[in-house]
Amino acid sequence: MVKHIIPDTLSEALKYLYQGDFQVFAGGTDLMVQNRSWSETSIEFTKNMLYCFNLQELKGITAIDGRIEIGAMTPLETIMNHPDVPSLLSEAIGEMASPAIRHIATLAGNIGNASPAGDSLPVLILYDAWVELRNMAGFRMILLKDLIIGPRKTVMHPEEMIVKIVIPKHRFDFERFVKVGGRKADAISKVSFAGAVDIEDGKIADLRLTFGAVGKTVVRNETVEGAWIGMTISELKNGIWRLIDMYDPLILPIDDQRSNKHYRKTVAINLLRDFVDQL
Amino acid sequence: MAIVKFTLNHQPVTVQSDLNRRLLDVIRNDFNLKGLKEGCGEGECGACAVLINHEIVNSCLFVLANVEGKEVITIEEFAKTKRFTVIKEAFAKMGAVQCGFCTPGMVIATESLLHKNPHPTEMEIKVALSGNLCRCTGYNMIVEAIQEAAKAGEGLW
Repeated sequence: MVKHIIPDTLSEALKYLYQGDFQVFAGGTDLMVQNRSWSETSIEFTKNMLYCFNLQELKGITAIDGRIEIGAMTPLETIMNHPDVPSLLSEAIGEMASPAIRHIATLAGNIGNASPAGDSLPVLILYDAWVELRNMAGFRMILLKDLIIGPRKTVMHPEEMIVKIVIPKHRFDFERFVKVGGRKADAISKVSFAGAVDIEDGKIADLRLTFGAVGKTVVRNETVEGAWIGMTISELKNGIWRLIDMYDPLILPIDDQRSNKHYRKTVAINLLRDFVDQL
Repeated sequence: MAIVKFTLNHQPVTVQSDLNRRLLDVIRNDFNLKGLKEGCGEGECGACAVLINHEIVNSCLFVLANVEGKEVITIEEFAKTKRFTVIKEAFAKMGAVQCGFCTPGMVIATESLLHKNPHPTEMEIKVALSGNLCRCTGYNMIVEAIQEAAKAGEGLW
């Protein structure tokens, strides 16, 4: 029999995580589907469950010193409508699921689930978001890009949990998020793309490009981005084929029930080209 | 087994049950309220929608452990309100109901929207309905019904 625990404080929750094999349950909208059984029967969880609904410390959004901190138990709909949340993240959340799911689901859950098709991930990684992990002994900050290492795989230890997501405040001169799915709502991405550019004195000062659902983790390559810093937008436009060649070996999608690798690759490259066209 | 206390349709209730059950099954089987339906069972169709703290959620994705202390309203209770009557008449007038399986969820989605935003744009209505599937009407009539309800129920939300 698996245990079901609803701790009232974060320190109590961390004590349980330290003691044994627990699955952290945030909103649970993925876990409820992944473990569901026959209609009208209980959900068949295979691990001890730690339900975090009562952890007030993990709820809410604060803007301090040039960064936004999002508590792990804050629902997506609350995040989406918060004025301090970066517009590109609000836009991406608006394309996730539906209001009825966004009132339950969390950003920490989207991260912890570590799906290559998680829609918040390309945007959070584009913003250089950090994740704060806690265990009984203390905490550590890790770049989201380094946290997720493969489909459903993170470098989190079993006694750690996500307590907040920290996003450096930044307004880009041009930014864009595109999700390609079977329909506009309640769809899991076939491909997603996020891009952002800063321009200073007519030259590219910052360029960030991320691709979702086209590899084991979100594709972002700072070396490729850095190669265009200091160039003008027209140099970038003229160099589009060189840019595409740089991403060609990095975009390695697979065939699955939602799409196939040929479609995904073609669309990912087209989204990149369209982003540059729109600049 | 655990004891969970919450408010169901304005009544304080206590459930002694496993915590890993879906709110959907608790409402339908323990309380015999069958207005909400199980369609897909994975959060895509909205037929199981209820209001929790006056926001739409899918009860098939809502674990009983999360219900403690919350306020749950189902279509049965909402049907007693004046706002429901306005929505019902608007749905009837615009032909927004055919087989009716999705309708309780559509009505809950409408209330969740109008409660926050009494004068929604067409796009805002479409977003509010984006988690509710209807295989009969083609949606246009439902969007029109909500526009009509917002107009006819001016001041109720």
